[in-house]
Amino acid sequence: MSQTLLDTTPEGTENEEQPLLQIRNLEVSFQTQRGLVPAVRGVDLTLYAGQTLAIVGESGSGKTTTAQSIIDLLPGPGKVTGGQILFEGRDLTTLNAKEIQAVRGNLIGYVPQDPMSNLNPVWNIGFQVEEAIKANNVAQGKEARARTIQVLKEAGLSDAQDRLKQYPHQFSGGMRQRVLIGIGLSARPKLLIADEPTSALDVTVQRQILDHLGTLTRDYGTSVLFITHDLGLAAERAEQLVVMYKGRVVESGPSQEILANPQHPYTQRLVSAAPSLASRRIQSAKHAGAGDPEIFGEGSLDDTLIARAAERENAAPVKDLISVRDISKVYRIRTKGLHTNELRAVDGVSFGIQKGTTTALVGESGSGKSTVAKLILQLESITTGAIEFDGQDVAGLKGKELLKFRRRVQPVFQDPYGSLDPQYNVGNTIAEPLLAHGVGTPKERQERVKELLEQVSLPWASRFRYPSELSGGQRQRIAIARALALKPDVLVLDEAVSALDVLVQGQVLNLLTELQTELGLTYLFITHDLAVVRLVADNVCVMQKGRIVEAASTDEVFENPKQSYTQELLAAIPGGNFQFGR
Amino acid sequence: MLWYTGRRLLQMIPVFFGATFLIYFMVFSLPGDPIAALFGDRQPSPAVIEQLRAQYNLDKPFIVQYLIYIGNFFQGDLGTTYSGRAVSDVMAAAFPITFRLAMLALAFEAFFGIIVGLVAGLRKGKLFDASALVVSLLLISVPTFVVGFVLRLVFGVQLGWFRTTVSGAAPWGELVLPAIVLASVSFAYIVRLTRASVADNLNADFVRTATAKGLSRRRVVTVHVLRNSLVPVVTFLGVDLGSLMVGAIVTEGIFNINGVGGTVFKAIKLGESSTVVSFIAVMVVIFVVANLLVDLLYAALDPRIRYAK
Repeated sequence: MSQTLLDTTPEGTENEEQPLLQIRNLEVSFQTQRGLVPAVRGVDLTLYAGQTLAIVGESGSGKTTTAQSIIDLLPGPGKVTGGQILFEGRDLTTLNAKEIQAVRGNLIGYVPQDPMSNLNPVWNIGFQVEEAIKANNVAQGKEARARTIQVLKEAGLSDAQDRLKQYPHQFSGGMRQRVLIGIGLSARPKLLIADEPTSALDVTVQRQILDHLGTLTRDYGTSVLFITHDLGLAAERAEQLVVMYKGRVVESGPSQEILANPQHPYTQRLVSAAPSLASRRIQSAKHAGAGDPEIFGEGSLDDTLIARAAERENAAPVKDLISVRDISKVYRIRTKGLHTNELRAVDGVSFGIQKGTTTALVGESGSGKSTVAKLILQLESITTGAIEFDGQDVAGLKGKELLKFRRRVQPVFQDPYGSLDPQYNVGNTIAEPLLAHGVGTPKERQERVKELLEQVSLPWASRFRYPSELSGGQRQRIAIARALALKPDVLVLDEAVSALDVLVQGQVLNLLTELQTELGLTYLFITHDLAVVRLVADNVCVMQKGRIVEAASTDEVFENPKQSYTQELLAAIPGGNFQFGR
Repeated sequence: MLWYTGRRLLQMIPVFFGATFLIYFMVFSLPGDPIAALFGDRQPSPAVIEQLRAQYNLDKPFIVQYLIYIGNFFQGDLGTTYSGRAVSDVMAAAFPITFRLAMLALAFEAFFGIIVGLVAGLRKGKLFDASALVVSLLLISVPTFVVGFVLRLVFGVQLGWFRTTVSGAAPWGELVLPAIVLASVSFAYIVRLTRASVADNLNADFVRTATAKGLSRRRVVTVHVLRNSLVPVVTFLGVDLGSLMVGAIVTEGIFNINGVGGTVFKAIKLGESSTVVSFIAVMVVIFVVANLLVDLLYAALDPRIRYAK
């Protein structure tokens, strides 16, 4: 059960000091058709003024539910069924609608997770910030407008004045997140709840925004309750850590201590699965031998990787399976009137991929990495250059030849929620490529589906289930099984693990590595997450603004990055500078 | 925006010619001789028939008839009915009545539909919501003439609140009950559309953020839920404006209103090409303009929609 925690107060304060926020034995349940389902079961935590505390856990661990129940933001069927939430000694769970409304924004600010969906698309930015300022009686009338500009400037929008009349869709994700931070801090609350404030953003933008948020809250003396699934980020940004698992607090205390010496088995697994942390250990494990089976669970990634690394060293140089030579893609964008602008999404990119290896394309969003994937998959036509696959020029393939090529090169996309047809059950989804290419009899196809489900470690019985009944990790396995159905040579994985929790991400990466050794697959791995690259890739190409700025073996890129941009990317990995034990 | 509007208006030209041509052809192809039908059992002499045929250009080939009609149309001459009235007079009598009826119906369905839909969406699963769903289902599934007769019986005959028939001039007051009948089905659709849209938007992330800002429930609902929910409703209203304007034969029949629907129906039965086609031409223009208005209103409601060209 949960332990008594965080009785350490910040240095220089008295032990009797009243905590700003104290959650005692909180229980939250959701009303469903099957009755009351508990989501939070007896959570305790204590946060003192000026402190930063992070709640870490995978999705479904109840971390967001805990945070939302503080200011009564629980979705419809959610209800606090027990315990207390004491804010400055006042129990927030007993307040009525009017009283809690006065607490929201004014005393406790909130920064939500997804900047794309958390601003109302039909109102301009200025309106949405000013609304918060007026509602909390910070200022009214003309003063409110001036204050709006000030708040946005503080949040890091230097040209706030000119952009007040613009709408959310005219802002980038990072800019929107700054607006949301501005809204959250507009009334100078005593506590700021930041629910995964940067998980939807690029790592460099993430770093800027978190740095900025850190400075602001330090200047105002605001306490921060951080919610994140990213252990590295939590360790870097918060002094105190609370680890949640299945609605319970399993471990809590000073961040560095927990990460250096995790006590609970779940925390240990989390520490070992976090790719940014594990990446360092693969090297050491390579020399030290096998890892601890307790922690790695079934199918140790390290073992497979070591085996592969050994194989690679012996292998003689072979011809590239895919060779990309100086390709460019130009989009024409209509601007005002009849003028068009050229956008060079991909600009003179060349690289080669050897059979059986993994090449990673890394870069921020907008760097052109996904466009390269689309060009290789022949989903878009190249403007100039050539792409060769197995010695054959694939640009402009048509009809039968194109189908043949598609059989051998299959994609797996980012969003396991969006890339599966909700009306198709698992069996039909996996069998669809076979059907489309007219492979085998119905009976043979069923055999193949069975084999594929086995390969991605899903039970045969799951063939009748629908995507909505599966978890994100399971869906991504289905997507992989579907891609493997035609026995391709190459998988193009476009951010294939980015939407998954660390533990699930680890499992899927494991699976991919196993499949590669088993089936001799070649991977083109497109991601913005350098930590993942470290785990799976043999070679790395770093992309920026449509060009490849650095291309080398993974070890070289990580140990000795040549370009300043690559160094910047590496430095921005949260928790990258921490040393973690087990 | 101006470019877009202009382009959309230009699109009306081919639509206008296509629609009038097709309708003219269809009326031309109707079986039976319109002149012979005019006289019923007592057929006049062949010479009189020939003269009438020549007067209405019925002796010429189809394409010539159409071109003569179009030529006259652009000179402001819409032709005459077989009873000798100018088609423009018939239109001047029928369209204002239908316009009043349509406006009343539209106002009724928009106002009550959105309010009932909003409340139902906010109280999803509660008693009000359930009754709104049942009532709207009833209105959708029961034919208009049944609703019309029942309302006329209850409010017109038994309670005596409204007149049971509408006089020739059809002033606004007399059209209230017919408008309610005419609006009933659309009202039901708007209730359901608004309800679904509101219930959807209530769960949107930005609504939660608005609540977290410290806004009152009332402000969250009116400012952040309602405006976002109106986009699909406005589309529906626009399309509906078109269909209301082109007349409602059943409702006009029940209340004995001399509107567009009844007039066109009679003209089709008589095979009066010029009447039918003139009315249809005006309807086509109304439809296209109504759709354009909806698209422009769309952009006003949702700033993400911008029409560049």
